[in-house]
Amino acid sequence: MVLVVDQATREFDNGNTAFRNISFSAEHGEIIGLLGTSGCGKSTLLRTISGLDTLYAGSILLNGCEARDCDVNIGYMFQEPRLMPWLNVLENVLFGEKNQKNQRKDTALNLLELVGLKGFEKNYPKELSGGMAQRVAIARALFTSPDFLLLDEPFSALDAFTKMQLQDLLLSVWEKSKATLLLVTHDIDEALYLCDRLLIFRGQPGELCKEIKINHPRPRSRGDEELAKEKKHILSLLDLEK
Amino acid sequence: MSQQTERSILKPVRVPFRLSTPFKALTGSLKPVLLGSIIPVILIALWELFGRLGVLPPNLLPAPSIIIQKIISMIQDGSLWGHVGITAYRVFAGFLLGTLVAVLFGSVVGFFRLAEHLVDPLLQAFRSIPSLAWVPLFILWLSIGETSKVVLIAVGVFFPVYLNIVSGVKGVDRKLIEVGKIYGFTTFQLIKRIILPASLPSFLVGLRSGLGLGWMFVVAAELMGASKGLGFLLVFGQNMSSPDIIIASIILFALLGKFTDSVLKSVEKKALHWQDTLSNQ
Repeated sequence: MVLVVDQATREFDNGNTAFRNISFSAEHGEIIGLLGTSGCGKSTLLRTISGLDTLYAGSILLNGCEARDCDVNIGYMFQEPRLMPWLNVLENVLFGEKNQKNQRKDTALNLLELVGLKGFEKNYPKELSGGMAQRVAIARALFTSPDFLLLDEPFSALDAFTKMQLQDLLLSVWEKSKATLLLVTHDIDEALYLCDRLLIFRGQPGELCKEIKINHPRPRSRGDEELAKEKKHILSLLDLEK
Repeated sequence: MSQQTERSILKPVRVPFRLSTPFKALTGSLKPVLLGSIIPVILIALWELFGRLGVLPPNLLPAPSIIIQKIISMIQDGSLWGHVGITAYRVFAGFLLGTLVAVLFGSVVGFFRLAEHLVDPLLQAFRSIPSLAWVPLFILWLSIGETSKVVLIAVGVFFPVYLNIVSGVKGVDRKLIEVGKIYGFTTFQLIKRIILPASLPSFLVGLRSGLGLGWMFVVAAELMGASKGLGFLLVFGQNMSSPDIIIASIILFALLGKFTDSVLKSVEKKALHWQDTLSNQ
């Protein structure tokens, strides 16, 4: 197991609790979807796993090392691209390089080609569309060849077509890198299309209410009947009426 | 083919606007300059006319041509360069000193909350002291030479630069800093690679307003006692009852101020070309 979350709880200073007693684990190269209604602490959980939020109780082990203390190679994609506006596309992809003298330009150029942005290396973020910017963010997240790729609703602000394109792109780069993927989403179709396993969160504070394994082989069809049934099941689990 | 269709569609529309066509033909950058010159040119022409007709008393407000002659004569006898040179030197020395200290204080106060609590209230209190109130003290401490003038200008430059750096650093988007944290950047790397470039726009705004104040303070500094400089020319003109010298000096201040500001403006434009703002469209 490369990721083990054990009884993790995050309580804020004002007394609010984001999530409570969450436990799950992930294997190497697995794609795990964290699914739930808004406000159930999915994004906060992802932030604690990434080490951005260190004030959690319980234990979160990444490659056997506690998340708040260790420096694991993580790629993170936010809901918005968060590109540095003063850097061009290529420099943004290279941003994760700590040692600026040793810039692996070729790797960055290959990644840009992979995400379909060849020829846009010298453009600045203000000249990119939302989808293009998010592609750059994918390339940036992959640049350090992370062991874990954490995605916080990465496609939620995009139109349906771009979203589907980028989901396929994500799968193709995942096949090459085989990083462990954690995807926070509130889009059930997206989760069913991409993930090996879904963790369904519910309530405020969020609690893990169910784990669902998706055994469908990839590539999956977006209109698959069995996945549609699974969607119904998940909807009933989420209990949207309450 | 499609161009032709476009032309045939546009043609009837163009006819009623023919009157405005010559105006439109002016190149884009020239048009605002010409528009902005209309009123000043008319005013100067009227000033010249009334000056020559004797409506405006020449011992109070000489005609523009007399002022220009004065400037030309100062250029010819070489005295102008001495005055302009020493004034520019004072402004730049003060600007450099003020900016350096402001960058130092501004970034520390912006980054560290403790430093803000310790230093900022004191600096804000200093800021509310009218700058001219420092003059007697500086003369007493530093005598009437160059140092006291440069320090006074530096005080003037310091505050706008300092305030803008502090607000620039404080205003850096937390979301961008998080990106750096994901990559495990050290504090130094965060500052160098995210905070500094992100606060550059407000730093440059601070520099521009600081430089503007620098030109203002050099007048105060030179009024308090100088034997050379444009500010000295103001006093000299007053003592000699020659308004042409005073106005010539005012015009030179305006030109120099405008010139240095446009240098900074072009630096700003170059350095901030990446900004997605109205002016960069």
